[in-house]
Amino acid sequence: MAKVLCVTSGKGGVGKTTTTAALGAALAQAGEKVCVVDFDVGLRNLDLIMGAERRVVYDLINVTNGDAKLPQALIRDKRLENLSLLPASQTRDKDALTDEGVERVMGELREKFDWIVCDSPAGIERGAQLAMRHADVAVVVTNPEVSSVRDSDRIIGLLDSKTVRAERGDEIEKHLILSRFDPARADRGDMLKVDDVLEILSIPLLAIIPESLEVLRASNVGCPVTLNNPLCAPSRAYIDAVRRLKGETVPMAIPTDRKSLINKLFTRRAA
Amino acid sequence: MSVLTFLKPRGSGSVARERLQLILAHERAETGRPDLVITLREEILAVIAKHVEVERDKVQITLERGEGVSTLGVDIEFPVSALPAKKRARA
Repeated sequence: MAKVLCVTSGKGGVGKTTTTAALGAALAQAGEKVCVVDFDVGLRNLDLIMGAERRVVYDLINVTNGDAKLPQALIRDKRLENLSLLPASQTRDKDALTDEGVERVMGELREKFDWIVCDSPAGIERGAQLAMRHADVAVVVTNPEVSSVRDSDRIIGLLDSKTVRAERGDEIEKHLILSRFDPARADRGDMLKVDDVLEILSIPLLAIIPESLEVLRASNVGCPVTLNNPLCAPSRAYIDAVRRLKGETVPMAIPTDRKSLINKLFTRRAA
Repeated sequence: MSVLTFLKPRGSGSVARERLQLILAHERAETGRPDLVITLREEILAVIAKHVEVERDKVQITLERGEGVSTLGVDIEFPVSALPAKKRARA
């Protein structure tokens, strides 16, 4: 049975697109047939993070409006043959998405893929609600910072009321990814602790993604971080997240990139 | 790292936690999502209001979730004048 996973957060800039690309690629690396879908109409970026920006011909709006067929709009990843991208439109706005069109496209995607990973736009309005509407699983991306946690709380409320599953009275599976986590700051007590965020939002933890240069490097070259450097700390966290999504029990850890003692002393002092 | 860091009782992270707990409890109540702390606060207030007059913002309710046991902290501040005359005379 295909699963629709929505990556959402409320707040912008917390790492939704990075997470969509990383989870999508890691699922494909684990042998699943995956499509990542960009719902951020007008501000598409998933194509850029996936390195497919020059291959976009048709987009989600063209397909929902019936101007193009789904296979015409799907972009097959050049590195992983079982990974595809359905890009968003850059010229239209979110009102161009119709409820019926999205429902039909999600149905077609469910027939073709094992996992459909939807990248939600920021905010709590129509675009974000359409991205989560057909989800079976939601991944809420949160930074350990007050405004991000507050916005995530609003999004969790919407997941429990505005999704098809919620309206049917079914439970929607919700997971938390705590991203841009800085263990040094947490040690000093200047950051919300993992337990604090979990207690406040009360949804289960899927992964802790450490703040890392590798995420920036991967976006610079247009490659999901899990493909660009599978051994770096954020990639290991995303790969563990995918194993958990697939039902495995994996002990939770905050992966770190090994540093020499001198290097460690330096970064601690500088931070 | 300065000596002051050691003297400071806690980092800013715990302030963030308390502010968030408070604001989210209110926002959840506004958006119609039941929140345990808010429900407890309202009901405790109602019970107290039957006997003494208290200001709403003088009632602090905190919930600390621990591994095995959770603790509910209720901190109510009221002026002596708010106590009924009979009790004051006895005291």
